[in-house]
Amino acid sequence: MKLRIKFSKQGPVKFVGHLDVMRYFQKAMRRAGVDIKYSEGFSPHQIMSFAAPLGVGLTSNGEYMDIEVHSMEDCKTMMDQLNEVMAEGIRITECHMLNERAKNAMSLVAAADYTLTFREGKQPKDLDAFLKGLLEFVKQEHILIIKKTKKGEREVDLKDFIYELSVQGETIFMKVSAGSADNLKPELVMEAYYQWLGQTCPEFAFQIQREEVYGNTGDEEHRILVPLGLIGESLE
Amino acid sequence: MRKLALSDEILLSIEKPARYIGGEVNMVKKDLSAADIRFAMCFPDVYEIGMSHLGMQILYDMFNRREDIYCERIFSPWTDLDQIMREQNIPLFALESQDPIKKFDFIGITLQYEMCYTNILQVLDLGQIPLHWADRTEEDPIIIGGGPCAYNPEPLAEFFDMFYIGEGETVYFELMDRYKENKKNGGSRREFLEMVSEIEGIYVPAFYDVTYKEDGTIESMKPNNPHAKEKITKQMVVTMDEAYYIEKPVVPFIKVTQDRVVLEVMRGCIRGCRFCQAGNVYRPLREHSLEYLKDYACKLLKSTGHEEISLSSLSSSDYSHLEGIVNFLIDEFKDKGVNISLPSLRIDAFSLDVMSKVQDIRKSSLTFAPEAGSQRLRDVINKGLTEEIILKGAGEAFQGGWNRVKLYFMLGLPTETVEDMEGIAELSEKVAEVYYEIPKDQRNGKVQVVASSSFFVPKPFTPFQWARMCTKEEFLERAYIVKDKFKKMLNQKSLKYNYHEADLTVLEGVLARGDRKISALIEEVYKNGAIYDSWSEHFKNDIWMKAFETCGLDADFYTVRERDLEEVFPWDFIDPGVSKEFLKREWQNAINEKVTPNCRERCSGCGAMDFKGGVCYEA
Repeated sequence: MKLRIKFSKQGPVKFVGHLDVMRYFQKAMRRAGVDIKYSEGFSPHQIMSFAAPLGVGLTSNGEYMDIEVHSMEDCKTMMDQLNEVMAEGIRITECHMLNERAKNAMSLVAAADYTLTFREGKQPKDLDAFLKGLLEFVKQEHILIIKKTKKGEREVDLKDFIYELSVQGETIFMKVSAGSADNLKPELVMEAYYQWLGQTCPEFAFQIQREEVYGNTGDEEHRILVPLGLIGESLE
Repeated sequence: MRKLALSDEILLSIEKPARYIGGEVNMVKKDLSAADIRFAMCFPDVYEIGMSHLGMQILYDMFNRREDIYCERIFSPWTDLDQIMREQNIPLFALESQDPIKKFDFIGITLQYEMCYTNILQVLDLGQIPLHWADRTEEDPIIIGGGPCAYNPEPLAEFFDMFYIGEGETVYFELMDRYKENKKNGGSRREFLEMVSEIEGIYVPAFYDVTYKEDGTIESMKPNNPHAKEKITKQMVVTMDEAYYIEKPVVPFIKVTQDRVVLEVMRGCIRGCRFCQAGNVYRPLREHSLEYLKDYACKLLKSTGHEEISLSSLSSSDYSHLEGIVNFLIDEFKDKGVNISLPSLRIDAFSLDVMSKVQDIRKSSLTFAPEAGSQRLRDVINKGLTEEIILKGAGEAFQGGWNRVKLYFMLGLPTETVEDMEGIAELSEKVAEVYYEIPKDQRNGKVQVVASSSFFVPKPFTPFQWARMCTKEEFLERAYIVKDKFKKMLNQKSLKYNYHEADLTVLEGVLARGDRKISALIEEVYKNGAIYDSWSEHFKNDIWMKAFETCGLDADFYTVRERDLEEVFPWDFIDPGVSKEFLKREWQNAINEKVTPNCRERCSGCGAMDFKGGVCYEA
């Protein structure tokens, strides 16, 4: 039985890195008494996979992991059992049964929503002008950034990977490409903007929160972005 | 949501920020207004080391069971954060509340090894607490030392208000009650220290004066306060099943050194190895019952979700119900994805059968600890592991599919000869020979025998507390002798030999048997930048050597010097149960190469029977 679990990660646990979150959930499954399935072979391990690793320091309302279980009561009970043993800041918000042929979450990832907020003391002097300028910046035909690599510098065009960008109050919202093929980090968009302004992006300027992760149920030409929690649920 | 002591910028700039945020599963959260006493438990090393220490978890859980005590955790900041905290004048904080540690009533620091002593000063210094008890005011926390190195507290005497000698489960609550009583009465810090001086097991250095002879040894150590006791008696849990036990251990977010449930099956040891301080000071052997351990194992695995459980004790092979607990763990947990990790057990039919069950296809290393390369020397140290036992055990294991063996030795033991040193290589060779005597089709590839030498450090409350310790040059010379002998072995391609850092060993020797003069040395090296001495990448021997000169102290006085049987030692005011007369007899037996039977075979009159429990009273 395949399950897709959505969880949030808020507060100090943002400093727990992805690998440690995986280990955390392995122990949480045991604490909660989840009848989780193990892989076969010499080193059995819990069948569990995460959709999109979250960087250290980021918070999230939209994390996903898939697990396989031998048995369970129902999704509500599963959520309650897990939430009973969660650490502060990690909360299970959804649990969906998947059909047996559902693709694993990681392979489905196509986009992600982020909100960016300036940390204290990091705001530009004229925030209003800065945010207006950002909206103008993303309207350009090309959004270029000089990326430093081991082999020197390389120019990258981010335009096609920025699906949406808007400003709500003092918060920047972005919907950007995600997944193994074309993963765009929101920090990179902001870095490109600062470069365009002829400035250096201050270190740790933004508290970044992931809001959602999407799969694409359309195709390359016509994206239909659907939250991962709503994909693969139907029992055909 | 909890507020952190460190800013996002700092946490994002340093290694492993999750060391410093608390908030783990089973972390205790309390309302500060309901807590009369704030106790900070400190392991003066990095989080991953400290969170692997069972004793700290026991006391943390025990204190927090009392509603009026809030016990929180402190660890040494790693070098990257240490630097930032100094530059930005950020006070050291406890993990739970993220409050500065100087706000606490008590800071209890566990002393697990000598080379963490400079980290103790780091903790106090970053905590903005005066290093010396003499400089602390009514507002400062009371600094308590405990743990195995507290059996010679004198090198740290200047820095601690008190030491707790023995096992923490016994008189800490009485101490806490006295504190509340004193506070309610409006009593001073000194009055509190006088009150607790009368509690068994509590040592307040301020209340004792030490005088020295012309030759630098101790003339006398006498109380200077009427409340202070002549002798400090070790405190001990007599009946293990009645001790406090942890129900919900804290589960670290990051991977720590011991990322598993640790099941303490017993305390103490019956073997009587003469080099072993723990084996002497934790006497007598006291066991948990099988029923207790079964119940406990289930609870701990359930409350933590750990995927591994291991047994813990000084000599788990001697646990009376070893088969019972191991078979229970296998039957109960093997099919639930829990690994059973076994300590180095005596190799016999039972342990091989067990290992084949828990290890399945993967055969990890077998471990033996002969400690000495020849039978003569093994008799000197009273290590009852014979060549015959080792070779027979290895042979049975090889037949069972194992092909890796680790052998642990010590170099520099009293009476050691070249023959003993070379015996290390010869014994390793014999182990390999046993493997290659097996028909080729029954072997599992090539054998690998890894021999490892640590260097011998004489410890207080062992028969070897009188022993001369080698110099660094002597240690290395002996290691080279062993290394050269390995190169002459027929199966040298199947053999490997490692040895420890000699500089560190010498310092450990100074600190282990040091007196109060050593306090100045520790402070000097700390002020010159030494922290994390137990980590080779941060150890700075030149700082220590310079400090010896600055303080006018001679390392050889503490290490190389042979000691007279009548000398007064810095730790003689402590009564750990084993008597000095017993240790003298054992020292003589060592010189005479005479073996002393283990406690179950025959009582040797060590003195631990006075505690009226454990193996001394077994049927």
